[in-house]
Amino acid sequence: MEMFFGLLDPDYFAATIRLATPLLFATLGGILNERAGIINIGLEGTMLMAALTGVFGAWFIGSPWLGFACGVVAGALVAWIHAFVSISLGANQIVSGTAINLLGLGLSSFLIRIVFGLKEQQRVVPHFDLVSLPLLADLPLLGPVLFHQHALVYVAFLLVPVLWVILYRTRWGLMITAAGEHPHAASSVGIDPLRVRYACTVLSGALAGAGGAFLSLGQLHFFQDEMVAGRGFIALAALIFGRWNPVGGMIACLIFGAADALQFRGQAVGLAIPHQFMLMFPYVLTLAILIVVGGKSQGPAAIGIPYRRN
Amino acid sequence: MPLLRMERITKTFPGVVANDRVDFAVDRGEIHALLGENGSGKTTLMNALYGLHRPDSGRMLLDGEEVGFTSPIDAIAAGIGMVHQHFMLVPPLTVVENIVLGLKTANARGSPLLDLRTAAARIRELAAAHGLDIDTDAQVWQLPVGAQQRVEILKALYRDADLLILDEPTAVLAPSEVEHLIGVLRSLAASGKAIIFISHKLNEVMEVADRISVLRGGRLAGTVAAAETDPSELARLMVGRDIVPPRRRSSRPGAPVLWIEDLSVRDDRGLRAVDGVGFSLFEGEILGIAGVDGNGQKELTEAIAGVRAVEDGRLDLPGLAPSRGARFRDIGHVTEDRHQTGLLMSFRLWENLALKSSGRPPFGSPFWLRVGAMRDATVRAIETFSIKAPGPDIPASVLSGGNQQKLVLARELGLGPKLLLAAQPTRGLDVGATEYVHRRLLAARDDGMAILLVSTELDEILALSDRILVMYEGRAMGQVNADEVTRETIGLMMSGIASREAATGSAS
Repeated sequence: MEMFFGLLDPDYFAATIRLATPLLFATLGGILNERAGIINIGLEGTMLMAALTGVFGAWFIGSPWLGFACGVVAGALVAWIHAFVSISLGANQIVSGTAINLLGLGLSSFLIRIVFGLKEQQRVVPHFDLVSLPLLADLPLLGPVLFHQHALVYVAFLLVPVLWVILYRTRWGLMITAAGEHPHAASSVGIDPLRVRYACTVLSGALAGAGGAFLSLGQLHFFQDEMVAGRGFIALAALIFGRWNPVGGMIACLIFGAADALQFRGQAVGLAIPHQFMLMFPYVLTLAILIVVGGKSQGPAAIGIPYRRN
Repeated sequence: MPLLRMERITKTFPGVVANDRVDFAVDRGEIHALLGENGSGKTTLMNALYGLHRPDSGRMLLDGEEVGFTSPIDAIAAGIGMVHQHFMLVPPLTVVENIVLGLKTANARGSPLLDLRTAAARIRELAAAHGLDIDTDAQVWQLPVGAQQRVEILKALYRDADLLILDEPTAVLAPSEVEHLIGVLRSLAASGKAIIFISHKLNEVMEVADRISVLRGGRLAGTVAAAETDPSELARLMVGRDIVPPRRRSSRPGAPVLWIEDLSVRDDRGLRAVDGVGFSLFEGEILGIAGVDGNGQKELTEAIAGVRAVEDGRLDLPGLAPSRGARFRDIGHVTEDRHQTGLLMSFRLWENLALKSSGRPPFGSPFWLRVGAMRDATVRAIETFSIKAPGPDIPASVLSGGNQQKLVLARELGLGPKLLLAAQPTRGLDVGATEYVHRRLLAARDDGMAILLVSTELDEILALSDRILVMYEGRAMGQVNADEVTRETIGLMMSGIASREAATGSAS
């Protein structure tokens, strides 16, 4: 019991927030995409490509920020493929997303070996450091948890209210919802659902890209094969759990982040559980949450259905 | 000068002349009905006006100026508003949000944020002016159909429409809601709006319109003033011949076929759609189930057909085969939606016809299919049911709606069921096809079949039924004898108002 409570110190909560951040980027992207009516199960592959591009960018340009920007652009470009295949061509969105996941997996392993060479695959590149916010970081308890983090952590959590306002308080939000719920109604008042869906898909890729680049440049500092490790899929679970709402999505990401942090903690403290079991924890939690809320959650009505003009 | 004048509009699609030199004009302050059967060219004409496609020839003048719209956006900008038959509303958005959807003026000046309060105030003003009572903050999915229609009308008014097109607006409404709609349309016309009212119902058009233009086979059959015509003239213009409604002989009910007590059934969302309904049905009679769409009729028929679970209550089918598989053939089921559940559109006619009995003689054994027998039976059905089809090998999707429905009837009546469930058997059919289906149903009844007729068309219920049960919100509002009841009484019951007279069926 004592050991269990020993897990719960400020470091643990700080780790929770840090580990939730890449998920949060991807979840916000997924929310934007699905609310416009496009399923993007290619988030995983998109994140992986962005993690790789981020590492390349940081290495060759020498700046983690420009590397991060490369990752975001790479994410947007990968999503553009998804948009073209599933929106312009009207192909099945699951198939297109799966293709992107497989492409990301193979292409990233291939490129890291080509560019950095077999021996230096895990070259450490210029990366992000922790930023303490003046004054706030000195607060007792809250300071180290909330205000001694990577700059991108603040960005991710600031995006939550921003996306919320866009979705619920702007014309664009109405247009996005209309494109995802009833594209023909949108089109009857002069909105082009195809353009809305394109924009949301590309932006969703950029956000997933931010998540991927944060993983490599903020947490790992190098690229490793399959380093996204299912976070793109966990983001899909998080957006369902959060009922397609940015705030709900954030809460879900924090829960997954906490599970992830617990798993690291457990290994570090040396709990008498094989670490393979600890590793499974976030994924088992994903399944459990989907079992509880998955069936009841209703997504946008026109999700997954290609829109064709009359 | 009329607000809108369409001159010699012609539109051809591959193999069909949908509009053939049609002239049509609407004045300000006028309600002009566009009457015609399905396929007569009403929709094509209105689509040309609304910018959904361009006519091949002819011209359109709006306020004296020649116009040509390439998209609905142009039409909306020119002051034309369309209330589609299937509403163009986004269910999870609120009424205000739906109305301002897509408008640049939805934002407060110079702000990126929506200003819904100002919009709501203007909507309430418009609503009050025309009796379009609405809760602007309600989400659209929570509203009944009549209110959703008011949202559509408000959406057009909010966009400053001078000309309103309503496509079959009464199809989804209860009689009392129809009254209300007509009042709203009169008020709009009085304020100077021009209104085009598309319909295929004669009585309704007589009641609401100032002038009536009738289309037949893509051509204008005539434009008449409502005050100077009568339903039989309109029917003649619409169909091109006189229509004689089928005569119903008095029934001679036999043994009970269906016995229901306190039946409850849930719908797909798990809500109780049928709530404690009880009635019985005998051989040789037609029991009509009246009611506005979505009051549990679909769930009721599905439960009787054995394709939906009964939650509670008693459902007996005396005289029918006891096993579920065999009972399937004792019950004919004309489903509500022939596209979704009635036919397999990509299957050939003979495949559709044999669907229910493919694994048994004469169509085959549990293992082999006898395609020859199926095709022969289909050829015979095409003849007896006068289905317009070149042969048994074409897919069902090629047939017109009326002929598809005849195919369904041929299959469901072909097995000689003891009980026929006929749900909306003439929905979307034109006058001629409707008349045919009605004759078939009455003939089957006279041969001793028990028929449960579900219809939202009061005229159809009254023309065919021996007894009538009205459903409202899943409950039976009362049962009446068809010969002793007035339209008004049933109309009230359909709106959920059951007077004691209505409940006992002794209304004068």
